[in-house]
Amino acid sequence: MKNLMKISTAALALSLGATSASAEGNLVLYHWFEYIPQELLDKFTAETGINVTMDTYDSNESMLASLKAGAIGTYDLAVPGDYMVKIMAGEGLLDTIADGELANKGNIAREWADPSFDRGRTHSIPYQWGSTSFAVNRDVYQGDINTTDILFNPPAELAGKINMLDSQGEVMAMASLHLGMEQCSNDRTQLKDLNAMLTAAKANWASFNSDTAKEVLVSGDAAVGQIYDGFSAKAREEGANVEYAFPVQGYVVWMDNVVLLKDAPNRENALKFMDFLLEPENIAAVSNYARYASGVNGVADFVDPELAKLPEGNPPVSAGAPVFIEVCNAETQAVYDKIWTNLKK
Amino acid sequence: MAAGAASGGSATTDTYKESRTWLLMPAWLTLSILVLAPVSMMLVYSFLTKEFRGGVIWEFSLAAYDQFFFDRGLFGDEAPKIEWTYILIFWRSIWQAGAATLLSLAIGFPTAYFIATRPEHSRPLWVFLITIPYWVNLLIRTVSMKFLLRDQGPFNDLLISIGLIDSPLHIVNTNFAVQLGLFYSYLPFMVLPIYAAVERYNFSLSEAAADLYASKWVTLRRILLPAVKPGVIAGCILVFVPSMGSFLAPDLLGGAKNFMIGSLIEEQFKGNAGNWPFGAAASMILMTMVLILLLIYARQQARAEKTEG
Repeated sequence: MKNLMKISTAALALSLGATSASAEGNLVLYHWFEYIPQELLDKFTAETGINVTMDTYDSNESMLASLKAGAIGTYDLAVPGDYMVKIMAGEGLLDTIADGELANKGNIAREWADPSFDRGRTHSIPYQWGSTSFAVNRDVYQGDINTTDILFNPPAELAGKINMLDSQGEVMAMASLHLGMEQCSNDRTQLKDLNAMLTAAKANWASFNSDTAKEVLVSGDAAVGQIYDGFSAKAREEGANVEYAFPVQGYVVWMDNVVLLKDAPNRENALKFMDFLLEPENIAAVSNYARYASGVNGVADFVDPELAKLPEGNPPVSAGAPVFIEVCNAETQAVYDKIWTNLKK
Repeated sequence: MAAGAASGGSATTDTYKESRTWLLMPAWLTLSILVLAPVSMMLVYSFLTKEFRGGVIWEFSLAAYDQFFFDRGLFGDEAPKIEWTYILIFWRSIWQAGAATLLSLAIGFPTAYFIATRPEHSRPLWVFLITIPYWVNLLIRTVSMKFLLRDQGPFNDLLISIGLIDSPLHIVNTNFAVQLGLFYSYLPFMVLPIYAAVERYNFSLSEAAADLYASKWVTLRRILLPAVKPGVIAGCILVFVPSMGSFLAPDLLGGAKNFMIGSLIEEQFKGNAGNWPFGAAASMILMTMVLILLLIYARQQARAEKTEG
């Protein structure tokens, strides 16, 4: 009898525990791989009692494909890049955050509060941002590197030693900057120029590779590499004498954002997590892990001081304007696809 | 080889006659779920209208095949000309795969012959040694290959240190690197079928030929090769077909500067293009080509068996 009492008490306690856990509920994230420290998720669970589960993806396009193929309704939050936020909103995959639903919305830095890809931040909050430009091996070339000529019209020392990102969006955006034209321009003369310029420039390129963009610089296979700022810093840490360029013609910036998905099964908890990520201390932990900048005020006290000193994060005064990759309409995109196939045929 | 399998099969049929349908069920189920269903889906998709940024609209369209065969200019409004771009990409893939197959045959045939002529008890050990490198993931092997071959890599260092060359051979990011990568990826598929054929070859036939004053070359060409031909052809098909669709070696070793069929199709699903019907159409065209190749082979086999019998 005594034993039975014990067991039923334990069962009761267990079921109580279970109810209290489910009362706090769950949160399901769809996130890039290796982009958030586990300690931060544990901290969120400790503070709120909400269980966090996470699936990961490796490109914006594969995340979109998976959501379009029926995963919508499974996840609460995803972390698309700037242009992808706009595409997802256009496809009706995002929920709207009403005014006042996020207590910490005021923490968003002023320059990121009203971005072109999500006016008024109605679907998203900033996660991390950085830039895409190119890095040059200073042992091979000592001249001025802050020009897009390095990629598209290189000096003799660098010809044949250039690795480009194997990504249509990044290459087209940089090429448009080089020619001084609007991205996604549907002007026929400009599109023909773009096609001709890229075909000619390819003769000087060694390879297209995104996954090993950093490794080819470290190994010395390439002397110039189109690259993300964080990868450039890591290449230098691994011994490559590379300098990150800020071309006078401009360079590409990107921002990953946490978005509230349509039909989120745990909408309340998703909003709590967004508020959690807008706390300077928490988002700084992401920056220290991923080595990129956040778009939140007041992080200075929490961020690794080394991070602020990186040359990749401090453009010189000569640097051109940073631009986001733009989303082309179907008609222009069809021409872009054609140019890309021409380039790689 | 085919004849041997058939006669073995008829014995089995007699023993298990009653349960034949049931025994075939797993094979039929696997084939229909894993092969027939996806291929039919692809066939249907290739005739649908593309949706912007991936996906399909359920309306019949020949646009994907039109894009493959006709060039309507950069803006799609010129008079149609023959589109050479995709033919060129297919031709390049066939050429690369063909070169890799010849390379595999050149190395694989002597290797298989060597193994088959070892004492019987040591043959499994040699076969085992051939397969060991293939326990490692293909991606890792391809990356290692790149590391070995690159300008400042061990291979060039070795050649320079023994004085064979003065400046490094530029191999990585060339077509030759792709062929080398494909050759290395699929070599066992060449060695094993040829080994199986040579092992069953009756070497007293070679001795008889020698007794009748046939030279070694004539013995190889007129006696051994015809006898092991099915194994050689099977090996060639097993190397050629996956090489044509491969995209790891072209991307990593060839620098992804030129599309191969595999990378062209991948781009339609995972890249910016997001043109599913075109990716499906390119796959169907590739599959049709491979099928025609196999049919020609099968007909020749049938004819050969008829003349023998």
